Amino acid sequence: MQILLANLDVPGQQEIETYINGGGYRGLRKALAEFTPDQLIEEVKKSGLRGRGGAGFPTGLKWSFVPKESSKPTYLCANADEGEPGTFKDRVIIEKDPHLLIEGIIIASYALKVKQAYIYIRGEMIRGAEILHQAVNQAGEKGFLGRDILGSGWDLDVLVHPGAGAYICGEETALLESLEGKRGQPRVKPPFPALVGLYNSPTVINNVETLANLPAIVNSGAAWFAGIGTKKSTGTKLFCLSGHINRPGVVELPMGIPLRELIYEHGGGIRNGRELKAVIPGGSSTPVLKADEIDVNMDFESLAAAGTMLGSGGVIVIDGTTCMVWALANLAGFYAHESCGQCTPCREGVPWIRDILTRLEAGRGRADDLEILLDVAGNISGNTLCPLGDAAAMPVESFVTKFFDEFKGHIDGQCCPFKAQPLSRVASG
Amino acid sequence: MSEMIFREEALQEMERIRNRYPDKRAALIPVLHIAQREAGYLSSDCKEMVARLLDIPPVDVEGVARFYTMFKNRRMGRYLIQVCTTLPCALMGAEQMVDYLSHKLNVKVGGTTADERFSLVTVQCLASCGTGPAMMINGDHFENLTPEKIDNILAELP
Ligand SMILES: Cc1cc2nc3c(=O)[nH]c(=O)nc-3n(C[C@H](O)[C@H](O)[C@H](O)COP(=O)(O)O)c2cc1C
Ligand code: SF4
Ligand code: FES
Repeated sequence: MQILLANLDVPGQQEIETYINGGGYRGLRKALAEFTPDQLIEEVKKSGLRGRGGAGFPTGLKWSFVPKESSKPTYLCANADEGEPGTFKDRVIIEKDPHLLIEGIIIASYALKVKQAYIYIRGEMIRGAEILHQAVNQAGEKGFLGRDILGSGWDLDVLVHPGAGAYICGEETALLESLEGKRGQPRVKPPFPALVGLYNSPTVINNVETLANLPAIVNSGAAWFAGIGTKKSTGTKLFCLSGHINRPGVVELPMGIPLRELIYEHGGGIRNGRELKAVIPGGSSTPVLKADEIDVNMDFESLAAAGTMLGSGGVIVIDGTTCMVWALANLAGFYAHESCGQCTPCREGVPWIRDILTRLEAGRGRADDLEILLDVAGNISGNTLCPLGDAAAMPVESFVTKFFDEFKGHIDGQCCPFKAQPLSRVASG
Repeated sequence: MSEMIFREEALQEMERIRNRYPDKRAALIPVLHIAQREAGYLSSDCKEMVARLLDIPPVDVEGVARFYTMFKNRRMGRYLIQVCTTLPCALMGAEQMVDYLSHKLNVKVGGTTADERFSLVTVQCLASCGTGPAMMINGDHFENLTPEKIDNILAELP
């Protein structure tokens, strides 16, 4: 079942002619001809589409929070900041099938009566930004963007806006701050962006993969889409396989596929015939699963029931040769580097966690370190302005509890029993 | 007079971008990218100039220039080598690649070679996790790194 990757390898797919020949922009034509904006919001609600950026919020419902009458313009921001470790799916759409995203943005903008949309693309994706610029220009030449789109009387402009290297700008309100030319520090919610967003105006922020689903939903209908996947997690999902797996890469599969099947069939199993030790199922911010916990289905509900999350769909596979203290120290280094510094528990707590783990890994652990780790993580959870604090704390709790003996072994033995990869550096400028 | 630090075309490009936004300030990050491309790094002159162009307080420009990892506030080598060391790449041996590069170029992480040809830094996830270890040199991605591959990549740089 390929909705998003179906035309990925068609030669010249970045060109609008090729995209149109493959059925592209039919969804837009149909949306304009057969739906009013409100009907389109209803259709997306009926499809069951949920956000692919991490939180899984129902897309149609999010759209319906935008006030129907407002003196201010409504903005749409496509979130192309893709920075969650283990996630590399949006980049594939952007670089290989950019018009799928552009068409999705135009359809969403029509439903929301948006006249100005932004694509906030992470600064490092320089090539991706060039490709999107070209796609936007081509769509303008064909009359899919600009004034009086396809004779509908409706105007839309799309602007590609680069970030400059800050994971936190993927968080929707930090994204808005960044888009306004400020440091990317999350805002206090409420008010939610649907009411007070970019330039204090109603704003919808959607992930690239979320938006890329819209042409197919319009073309084939909400009922069709809702029939794929599970009852509450509809459609397909792009899963990103990385780490110690034979066939890393992005695969598109219906929501609800068993994790074991994803790893052993689609990913070809563990590298070098090694044994599986752990899997982080939804990007680095989601709690880890042990090898004996992978009989779980990859959808929002099943993973939540298993104590973890679908997140962004970044599946990080870890084999038996890996030291889990080292792995967690690496992740703590990531979050310490990326904390925006606004709230104390995150700004102070996450580097503290990183330092303890680095010391543990170096064989200088102290008897009360694990208690302190859990304590600091516990004090971060729920006490910060944005979910980055939780994202940093959750792996700590899951790694330490699930691999307790390994952590304790580092303290008791005053060394790392793996010693494969000394932790020389976890992060630098 | 400090306008002179940018070429006329670059200034026009900055003005064009500024005019795309309802609020001039929103153009700050894209404009800083151009300034950095032109000058190599964001010197105080650059930042002052950008502040004037967008009509925002210099301290705000400074704050933004220091917040984002991609903005460099000091001179860097001609080639900025940025190796991802986040977990998925680290599982594939990213740290060994950093050590290899550091050794080969005789430069510490965070440093610049004596001839100012290379700066070596480690960075966070570059959205290339399925093809790790990954790095960027200036604007280009390089993936599935091995020491041999690194040798070839560096040898081919002009
Ligand atoms: C620290 C942090 C980083 C995030 N990074 C991204 C990102 O890179 N891309 C993304 O789409 N959403 C990211 N999100 C989620 C966004 O805040 C937001 O929920 C999402 O873009 C909404 O789109 P969706 O409803 O289509 O999923 C991040 C959230 C947090 C807390
Ligand atoms: S939790 Fe961390 S990243 Fe989020 S606002 Fe607070 S300090 Fe910033
Ligand atoms: S972890 Fe290196 S690119 Fe994602």
